[in-house]
Amino acid sequence: MSDSEKQNLNSGPDKHGHFGIYGGIFVGETLMPALEELNEMYNKLKQEQSFWDEFDEDLRNYVGRPSPLYHARRMTEELGGAQIYLKREDLNHTGAHKVNNTIGQALLAKAMGKTRIIAETGAGQHGVATATVAARLGLECHVFMGTEDTRRQAANVYRMKLLGATVVEVDSGSRTLKDAMNEALRDWATNVDTTYYIIGTVAGPHPYPMLVRDFQSVIGREARQQCLDQCGRLPDSLVACVGGGSNAIGLFYPFLNDREVRMIGVEAGGLGLHTGKHAAPLNTGKPGVLHGNRTYLMNDENGQILDTHSVSAGLDYPGVGPEHAWLKDIKRAEYTAVTDDEALEAFRFLTRKEGIIPALESSHALAYAMKTAGDLPAEHLMVINLSGRGDKDIHTVAEIDGIKV
Amino acid sequence: MSRINTCFDRLSKNNKKALIPYLAAGDPKLETTLGLMHALVAAGADIIELGFPFSDPASDGPVIQQAVERALASGTSLADVLTLVSRFREQDQETPLVLMGYLNPIECMGYRNFAERAAAAGVDGVLVVDMPPEEASELLREICQAGLDCIFLVAPGTSEARAREISQLSSGYVYYVSLKGVTGASHLDTDSVRAKVSELRKYCSLPIGIGFGIKNAEMAATLGAFADGIVVGSALVNLIAELDADKSYTQQELLEHITLIADMRQALDSLNG
Repeated sequence: MSDSEKQNLNSGPDKHGHFGIYGGIFVGETLMPALEELNEMYNKLKQEQSFWDEFDEDLRNYVGRPSPLYHARRMTEELGGAQIYLKREDLNHTGAHKVNNTIGQALLAKAMGKTRIIAETGAGQHGVATATVAARLGLECHVFMGTEDTRRQAANVYRMKLLGATVVEVDSGSRTLKDAMNEALRDWATNVDTTYYIIGTVAGPHPYPMLVRDFQSVIGREARQQCLDQCGRLPDSLVACVGGGSNAIGLFYPFLNDREVRMIGVEAGGLGLHTGKHAAPLNTGKPGVLHGNRTYLMNDENGQILDTHSVSAGLDYPGVGPEHAWLKDIKRAEYTAVTDDEALEAFRFLTRKEGIIPALESSHALAYAMKTAGDLPAEHLMVINLSGRGDKDIHTVAEIDGIKV
Repeated sequence: MSRINTCFDRLSKNNKKALIPYLAAGDPKLETTLGLMHALVAAGADIIELGFPFSDPASDGPVIQQAVERALASGTSLADVLTLVSRFREQDQETPLVLMGYLNPIECMGYRNFAERAAAAGVDGVLVVDMPPEEASELLREICQAGLDCIFLVAPGTSEARAREISQLSSGYVYYVSLKGVTGASHLDTDSVRAKVSELRKYCSLPIGIGFGIKNAEMAATLGAFADGIVVGSALVNLIAELDADKSYTQQELLEHITLIADMRQALDSLNG
């Protein structure tokens, strides 16, 4: 066994938040004290059993966990190869994996005595999950969302408003997730004493990539045990879509030391990687610094961040969580991309074959399975993270079909 | 001795304060910025902070965000800003220039390449907004090796331990951020700034510049009473936003447009008058 094979892959990040050369803390000095405070609080609470007991209880009785691991027999049959299992995060309260993280961070906000919550959102799933926990705790909540996304995801904007949140429309830059994140960081710098910033993905400055991963890891822990219970062994491969990468790291992390389990992250290939109109930094980008961490980015030769494109708002982001960047470099996980069209085909396929309407984000993971499962033997166990449900995407798909709903 | 040190020494001997305006280079185009730099010196600026553009300026308020968007729209890159510095130096070898911006364009150019080219162009100091001391070691080494000063920020919430470390790592001057927020904000509290700056003086031997939210001559004078330098960004950039990108301005025209700087100069000089 080589040294890298013996290395414990669950030990990162180091105390400054580095995964190899990635991660770290790259923010203005105004935010440094807040990040130090958050880091100290999290490191203290994560040692306490009562913190995790409360987290588990919320997940069980409020979110509805554990989410099932479902053997998609009809999909398996149609594809004619690997056995397809779906980790049903779409069945969570609020409709996606995002709530696992907001439940955890809400406990941190409460412990830190913050009275106001802010969040950025792309598709609106994280915004809804944040507005949900804020309502439950009676905290003031502001969600930042690009105007391109408020247009694409009008239903989620209304859901957030119903939940009592203020949705702040961001009309700068590309008017999508990255700009929403800039604006949330600016708000946080201004209201740092009263405000807790719930970042929705495994990006941002340390300790966010670590703590979001820890909260999302419930996905992989359950899936690992469910696979052992239902199939008597570990899966052969794990597949998840990657925007910022929180659902993927949540599934992958508990399997990192199971070297025989292949891990495939699927980025948004948009109109095709060759067109430049996509959101696939791990496939096409190079390391740089954005939103508080070093990671793979889509930028031009002068270091300016490029506009991204994806049919799914939740994957429309030019960066990716630093742990994924590291997993790519050490070759523990593989990262590929599927196009908008392939994702849409998978969206329709799962809906018709299994009676499950998947989120367009998750449809990217499903599309990868559709392309590859047929070439795999019938004993191959493939676990796909069905990270969210597609109700929010009905209008987008209808618009593509030329139908007014 | 660096140009920045020489500048503060001279000012301190004459019992004067440094006036440090910020320009977003390339807003609305590089030619205008060059004219403005010379006009600022003529109006009494001691040091110029020259912002190089980044698409995602997460520490900046709307005024500088829009300036950066205009600079990017006119095609300005970090390399162009270095060329601008060389051109400025053809006429002015005295005024210290500090490059200010975000890390990613520097990463893209490469740390050593950047530091060497900046020094060759005539840059004196570098301030990277999103690079706290924890992440600074590699770039700091290259910057120092190239003979440039590295300016770090101290913020209202910065602990004493951190502020000590930042004072150690900084050279040229330390930039005290006067408020919790982004550039151009409007909630500056003079008393708390005074208290923090006097605390900072106990262990920081470098000159202290104060910036964020200083909008007029009166505020410059109030804060100048206990600072070594005053940084003015958004208030100036707001005036520049009114300039026409398609027009060439004479120095006289630019001076008439940015009387704010001369007013601030006068207000700062009258502190000891």
